Amino acid sequence: MIAYTLKRFGLAVLVAITVSFVTFMLLRFSGDPAVALAGADATPEDIEVVRVTYGLDRPLLIQYIDWGRRALKGDFGISPYFNQPVEKIIGNRLTITMTLGACALSFAVLLAIPMGVLAAIRPNTWIDRLALTVSVIGQAMPSFFFGLILIIVFGVMLRWLPISGSSTWKHFILPAVALGYYATPAIMRLTRSGMLEVLGADYIRTARAKGLRAGKVLFKHALRNAIIPVVSLLAVQFGFMLGGSLVIETIFAINGVGFLGYESISRADLPMVQAIVLLVSMFYVVLTFFSDLLNAFLDPRLRVQ
Amino acid sequence: MARRSFRNIFVMVLVLIVGLAWVLPAFADKSSNTLNFAWTKELETLDRYYNTAREGMIVSRHVYDDLIYRDPQTWEYKPLLATSWKWIDPSTMELELRKGVVFHNGEKFDADDVVYTLNFVSNPENKVLVQRNVNWIKKAEKLGTYKVRILLHKPFPAALEYLAGNVPIYPNEYYAKVGPQGFGLKPVGTGPYKVVTVEQGKRIVFEKNADYFKDSPKGQPAIDRIVQRTIPEMTTMVAELMTGGLDWIYMVPTDQAEKLEKLPSLNVVRAETMRIGFLQMDVTGRTGDTPLKDVRVRKAICYAVDREAIAKNLVGGQSRVVHAACYPSQFGCIDTVTKYDYDPARAKQLLTEAGYTNGFEIDFYGYRDRPYGEAIVGYLREVGIKANMKWLKYSALRDATKSDKVALVMNTWGSYGVNDISNITGQHFRMEYNDFARDQAVTDWLNEGDNSIDDAKRREVYSKALKRIADQAYWLPLFSWVANYAFDKDLDFTPYPDAVPRFFLTAWK
Repeated sequence: MIAYTLKRFGLAVLVAITVSFVTFMLLRFSGDPAVALAGADATPEDIEVVRVTYGLDRPLLIQYIDWGRRALKGDFGISPYFNQPVEKIIGNRLTITMTLGACALSFAVLLAIPMGVLAAIRPNTWIDRLALTVSVIGQAMPSFFFGLILIIVFGVMLRWLPISGSSTWKHFILPAVALGYYATPAIMRLTRSGMLEVLGADYIRTARAKGLRAGKVLFKHALRNAIIPVVSLLAVQFGFMLGGSLVIETIFAINGVGFLGYESISRADLPMVQAIVLLVSMFYVVLTFFSDLLNAFLDPRLRVQ
Repeated sequence: MARRSFRNIFVMVLVLIVGLAWVLPAFADKSSNTLNFAWTKELETLDRYYNTAREGMIVSRHVYDDLIYRDPQTWEYKPLLATSWKWIDPSTMELELRKGVVFHNGEKFDADDVVYTLNFVSNPENKVLVQRNVNWIKKAEKLGTYKVRILLHKPFPAALEYLAGNVPIYPNEYYAKVGPQGFGLKPVGTGPYKVVTVEQGKRIVFEKNADYFKDSPKGQPAIDRIVQRTIPEMTTMVAELMTGGLDWIYMVPTDQAEKLEKLPSLNVVRAETMRIGFLQMDVTGRTGDTPLKDVRVRKAICYAVDREAIAKNLVGGQSRVVHAACYPSQFGCIDTVTKYDYDPARAKQLLTEAGYTNGFEIDFYGYRDRPYGEAIVGYLREVGIKANMKWLKYSALRDATKSDKVALVMNTWGSYGVNDISNITGQHFRMEYNDFARDQAVTDWLNEGDNSIDDAKRREVYSKALKRIADQAYWLPLFSWVANYAFDKDLDFTPYPDAVPRFFLTAWK
C-alpha cells in the first residue's frame, strides 16, 4: 500500500508539473501579452514599456523556471492587471467558488441519489422514465441556457430570487441549481445501475429472507454498497464544479475563481491564468489521488497492478 | 453565432414577458436618490494612470478633477482646478490654480498637489500605462501656492486637450503615503463623487461629495449615491435592468437595444461616439505584390462599399458616414476631401482599367464588429473582389500587422475622447507598423501640425494631409460607431460622443 501510494503521489506531481508547463507555453503562444496588457489603442512605445516592465522580453524557459521556483514558495507573482499578488486575489475568490461548488454538489446529490434509488426499485415504470427524462434533459441542455431559463422564470417572471451577484445566500440558489443540475445525470445513472446490480445480489436476497424490513435492506445493505463508486464520481464532479463554474459565474455575475479565470484570459493576465489553471488541475490531481487510494483500500486487487 | 441568435431569442422572450404580463415595480431607487448601473468590465484599479479602460476614465471624471474642463456640449475649455492658463512660449504653460478646494480626505488642494502629480506621472520610471497622456510633460514647477508652470518636451498643441480630462490631479501627501497600489483601492480626489466602497470585480459605491466646490463647471451632483456593479454577461444585465435591479446600462448590442426600445419603462438612446471605423490598405506592397498598390484598385474598393447603408441599417442610431480620416468634431478635421459615394459600376470600371476585370482574391482582417465586416465582404463580392474574412483578437491582429501579413483590414479608433486630430490621424501615418500608406509627405504634414501651436498653421497642414489621404485612397473611412444606452425613463441622462457618461450631470426626474 505504501509503494502504491508513493507511486500514485509521484504520478500526481508529474501531472501537475506537465500541466503547468504546457499551459505556460500555450499562453505565451496565444498572443503577445504586452499588447493585451497595454490596451487596444496603445502605441508601440506604450507596449515596449509594458514588455520590459513585466520581464516579458526574457527567454520563455527562464520565465517558466523563475515562475515555478516562486510558485513552490506560494508566490505566484504580481498580477500585472491588478498590480496585486495573485494568491491574494485568488484566495479572496476561492471561498465563493467553493461555496457555489458545495451548494451545487449538495443539490445534485439530493436530487440524483433519491431519483436513482427510486428508479432502481421500480425499473421500467413511470418513475424510472421520469428519472431518465430529467437526466437526459440535464445532459442535453447547456448550462448557460439553463441558467438563463432560471433567470427568466425565477428572476423576471416570479421575482422570487435575485438574478445576479453573491451578497446573500439567496444569490447562490439559482447558480447552484444551474451548476448542480449538470452533474445530476451521471450521479443518478450510476446510483441506479449500482442499485440494480446490488439488489439482485445474493446477500440482499438473504437479508430479505431473514425477514428484515424493506427500508433497512434498501438503505443499510443495498445503498451502502451501491454508493461506493458514486463517491469517487462525486470527487470528480466536485473538481469539475470548481473549475467548470466559469459559465455559471459569468451569467450570474458571481465573483469567483471561474469568473476571474474567464476575465484573466481575455485580458492576458498571464500570472493569474497560470495560477488558476494550476489550482484547478491541482484540485483534480488531489481528488483523483484520494479516490485512487480509496479504491485501492476497498479493492486490494488494484494495489497489485 | 448560435449563441448570438440564442441571446436574441432570450431578450425577445424577456421583452414579451415584462412588456405584456408584468408591470415594473415602483422605482425604489428614485425615492432613495440612488443610481444603480453596471458594466461588463472588472476594473483593476481606480488609479487612472494605471488602467487603460474607458471605465477607468468614467471613474476618473467623477472622483477626480483635472486642471481644465472641456464642456461636453460646446467643446469649450472651462476652468476647473486651474482658473486660468496661458502659453509663455510653445513649450511652456503657466496656470493659476483655484483656491479653497479640498480633497475628499480633507487635504487642501494647492500647487504642491499639481506639481507632485505631474512630476510623478511624467517620470518614465513610474511606468504609467497610457504613456501618451503624460509623456509630453517634461516637468512641473511651483511658482507660488496657487500657481504652477508646466514645461513640455517640445511644442505640443494638444496639451490643453489632455489636461482637460486625461490628467487628473491627486493629493500629494496621501498618494506619497499609499502609493499606486493603495490608491487604486482607496482613491481620493476633489471630484463631485467620492468612493466609499471598492469590492474588486463586484461593485464600487460612490457618494455625493457634499463639499464639492461651488464654481465647478461640472455643476453640483444631484444623485446622492451611485452603485456600480460588474456583470460580465450582457443578457443578465438586461434582465436586471428590466426587473429594476439596475437603472442604467450602456454598450448594449444593437439587436438587443432594438428590443429594449419596445419597453415603456425604459429609454434607449443610440448615441454617436467618437469611434470611427476605416479600411486600411497596403499601399507600398509590404505584404508582397498586392493589387492594393494600384490606386485604381483602392478607389474601386472605396466606390464598392455602400457605407451609408451599413451605417443606417447595421450600426443604426446616430451613426453617420465619415469621409476624412478623423472624427468630424476634432480640431483640424475637415469634410472637404474627395468623397467616394457608392458606385459599383465605377468600381468595376476602375478594376478593369487596373487589369482586374475578373476581380481578385484577398484576405480581409479585422478584430471587432464582425457583422460590419461581413457586409463589406458582400459589397466587395458584388464587384468581383473575393475577400476572405480573418477576424482575430486585437493582439493577434497587431502581431499579424507587424509581421507584414495584413494587406486589407477594418480597424477602428476611438481617440480616447480627445477632440484633436493628432490623436487619430497622427497615430496612423507615422511610418510605423500601423501606417499602411508610408507617404513621407503625409507624415511630414502631420508632424508639423502635431508640433505647432499656431492654430491656422495646424489647420492648413492637416487639411493637406487629409486631402492627400482621400485622393490616394490610403484609407476608406467608414462611419462613426454608436453606443447604445438603456436606462430608466425617469432618469434624466444625456450621452456625449466620447461615450463617457456624466452622472454628475444626471438626475432623477
